[in-house]
Amino acid sequence: MPTDIGPPDYHTMLPPIIARNYGKWKYHEILQPGVLMHVAQGGDKLYSVRVGGARLVCTDRIREYCDIAEKFCDGYLRFTSRHNVEFLLDKKDNLEPLLQDLKQRGYPVGGTGHSITSIVHTQGWVHCHTPATDASGPVKAVMDELYDHFIAMKLPGKLRIALACCLNMCGAVHFSDISILGIHRLPPSLDNERVPKICEVPTTIAACPTLAIRPDPKTKGVQINEERCMYCGNCYTLCPALPLMDPEGDGISIWVGGKVSNARSGPAFSKLAIPFIPNHPPRWPEVVDAVKNIVECYAKGARKHERMGEWIGRIGWERFFEVTKIPFTDKHIDDFTLSYDTFRSTAQFKYTG
Amino acid sequence: MAQSETPLLDELEKGPWPSFVKDLKMAGQKKAMSRDLLRQLELSYKERIGHWKHGGIVGVKGYGGGVIGRYSDRPDLFPGVEHCHTMRINMPTGWFYTTKALRTICDIWDKYGSGMTNFHGSTGDIILLGTTTNNLQPCFDELSEKGFDMGGSGSALRTPSACVGPARCEWACYDSLDAINDITHTFQMQLHRPMWPYKFKIKCSACPNDCVAAIARADLSIIGTWRDNIQMDPGAVKEYAGKLDIQEEVVELCPTRCMSWDEKKKELKINNKECSRCMHCINLMPKALAPGKDKGATILIGGKAPILKGAMISWVLIPFLKMEKPYQPIKDLALKIWDWWDENGKMRERVGELIERVGMRVFLKEMGIKPIPQMIRTPRANPYFFWWPEEVPQKPKSA
Ligand code: HEM
Ligand code: HEM
Ligand code: SF4
Ligand code: SF4
Ligand code: SF4
Ligand code: SF4
Repeated sequence: MPTDIGPPDYHTMLPPIIARNYGKWKYHEILQPGVLMHVAQGGDKLYSVRVGGARLVCTDRIREYCDIAEKFCDGYLRFTSRHNVEFLLDKKDNLEPLLQDLKQRGYPVGGTGHSITSIVHTQGWVHCHTPATDASGPVKAVMDELYDHFIAMKLPGKLRIALACCLNMCGAVHFSDISILGIHRLPPSLDNERVPKICEVPTTIAACPTLAIRPDPKTKGVQINEERCMYCGNCYTLCPALPLMDPEGDGISIWVGGKVSNARSGPAFSKLAIPFIPNHPPRWPEVVDAVKNIVECYAKGARKHERMGEWIGRIGWERFFEVTKIPFTDKHIDDFTLSYDTFRSTAQFKYTG
Repeated sequence: MAQSETPLLDELEKGPWPSFVKDLKMAGQKKAMSRDLLRQLELSYKERIGHWKHGGIVGVKGYGGGVIGRYSDRPDLFPGVEHCHTMRINMPTGWFYTTKALRTICDIWDKYGSGMTNFHGSTGDIILLGTTTNNLQPCFDELSEKGFDMGGSGSALRTPSACVGPARCEWACYDSLDAINDITHTFQMQLHRPMWPYKFKIKCSACPNDCVAAIARADLSIIGTWRDNIQMDPGAVKEYAGKLDIQEEVVELCPTRCMSWDEKKKELKINNKECSRCMHCINLMPKALAPGKDKGATILIGGKAPILKGAMISWVLIPFLKMEKPYQPIKDLALKIWDWWDENGKMRERVGELIERVGMRVFLKEMGIKPIPQMIRTPRANPYFFWWPEEVPQKPKSA
């Protein structure tokens, strides 16, 4: 078997219309929610139809995507950076039949412009060992509720939602308009019989952001100063004898106001809005309500083109907590410092000299 | 009718959004592993806790990464997921596929795995979710025969990813797809054989809209930009004037207030010297405005999630770099950064954290990069700064 061959050459995967007009696009329009038209300098027109997906999909689902792409798109399709599927057409005549076909199959078409597109999310209880909540379940519950915002473009600006099931934050939660983040609230339970056997003690100690872990000379294991522990779970990532998952302790926190694009304001982190909501599977009703409330307050309050963080920046955080009726607590006040914020974390600057 | 084994998850088959439960059930009709994946998930929903054991080191011959080992903590109840490992497969750049390629992957995965996937992982890989230790090697062998290779995991270069770029976007300031494809092929060694203090990610967005979120999700973020004037088609601007309130929606939202609009003459002016290239005006008037002609990229460094010292968004290292094949300057820079990080980084210290620990001045000196104001938001406000010995007249050493 060959090794180190890397990914297949993407040129072999491009629809001919894209290969022909590569780097020669002139402008684009959103024809309707979920449908983009890109016009090339030479006049070629490419139609992209964006479809929401579950991300966690089976091979037969992918084969169904293939069936659709073979029927309407000469066998070409792509996926987006937010796990949507895009069907790429060079024949306008195929557009209506494709949309009809997708409708019949129950696939949501949307996610363009000022909409809520798919939720970037993680593994959850489906496959990871450190989660404080599930990923696929809350995502499904939230998107069912916000479905109308996926298939329409009626918000003041783009609204990106992300979810991570623990604060390793595999994905996009530290810079999304609304982020759903699994958190623990209890320190690890310590098994010092096993620590010296299965863990490397120095790396476990070094894993703690708040220096809560010390060596324990008696057992050759570790001690945890519980008053310093903020339940991040990083020590468990390094040492299996320090589990901290707990059905009552674990739950979800909600963050708001992050963005990555440079348009108008520069990139920004999401900030804490709600410190804790318990896990209530299978539909997480309190989480769904909390997200919906924030979306509605934003939709009502923000000016055209304002992202969540820009809206909050204009009205101020004190007003944000007032209009959303979210209680403000001591948890919202940062007590972990980083000095790096004097660096220029944006691509905005002027050339000089 | 027999009672369902998964009453909680069944709830999630309802509603308009595509349901992962339906897919798990579809895969479960063919595969015992997916059946037990669903049953174990039901238990997690009931108990509100995960049921995967910690970690597990498994892989394929010749590589140090690419496979995430997973074992159920209740193999007594769910024997199908006693082993349930993930394989990360490097996606084609830009996530473009022919159906032939996708069907090939599906057929191989049906043969060796659970039939469940993620399209895609957040780093970009095709995630093949769930197989046994014994099946890893034969599955990989067949995939690689068909032209697919493993993606990254562990303390290595992770799978690089790019925005759709020139394939379908008029704003691409360089070929983000070609750059990522080239970089990925050049650094196969660093990707497949973990040998660094920690992980390292590279992402390419071809303009400051940053559609792969490079600035927040990569240690090395390469974001397209330009150096000359925004290209304008005055006729097309006039056409927008009817549909868009140019004064309110464009001019007044420009962060540097470097535009002016003459409502009578329907004339837009941009003082490009003061423009910070945020993309807002171009985003709103794609037919009338476009990035300049002298194109390249801004190179930023350090982006990462919170563990350990807090989340970081990449910051400016090189304001403007031409991005042309064979991308030698950026590759040289990456190699230099890796050497330095390898030498100086502590175990599990991301490069952004190392720079924060030792200081930008040390990093810049090592890299041979001159400090410039574009690197900072504001100069320091404390007086605790260092001098290099050669900058200060040294006291004569006492004998
Ligand atoms: C020609 C216009 C554009 C093209 C072709 C384009 C392309 C894309 C594509 C294909 C995606 C993935 C979309 C999805 O998965 O649903 C995306 C995501 C994104 N786009 Fe754009 N985009 C354009 C305009 C913009 C604009 C105007 C902004 C910002 C003002 C922007 C910022 C973003 C961001 C932040 C993401 C999300 C990245 C992520 O979190 O994964 N894009 N873009
Ligand atoms: C413990 C088990 C873990 C599992 C099962 C896991 C799973 C994953 C998966 C499947 C992805 C997508 C990968 C891809 O597309 O190639 C991912 C990405 C990511 N992981 Fe993890 N992860 C784990 C641990 C961690 C840890 C310890 C950290 C940080 C300290 C971390 C931070 C991230 C981040 C930031 C990303 C996203 C990067 C991006 O946006 O491109 N993960 N993780
Ligand atoms: S966010 Fe945490 S729990 Fe979720 S997949 Fe990543 S490491 Fe696992
Ligand atoms: S959970 Fe986090 S804060 Fe608590 S001891 Fe472990 S590493 Fe430290
Ligand atoms: S980052 Fe810029 S060039 Fe790349 S797809 Fe997004 S808008 Fe287009
Ligand atoms: S790109 Fe941004 S800063 Fe430059 S003129 Fe347009 S709105 Fe102003």
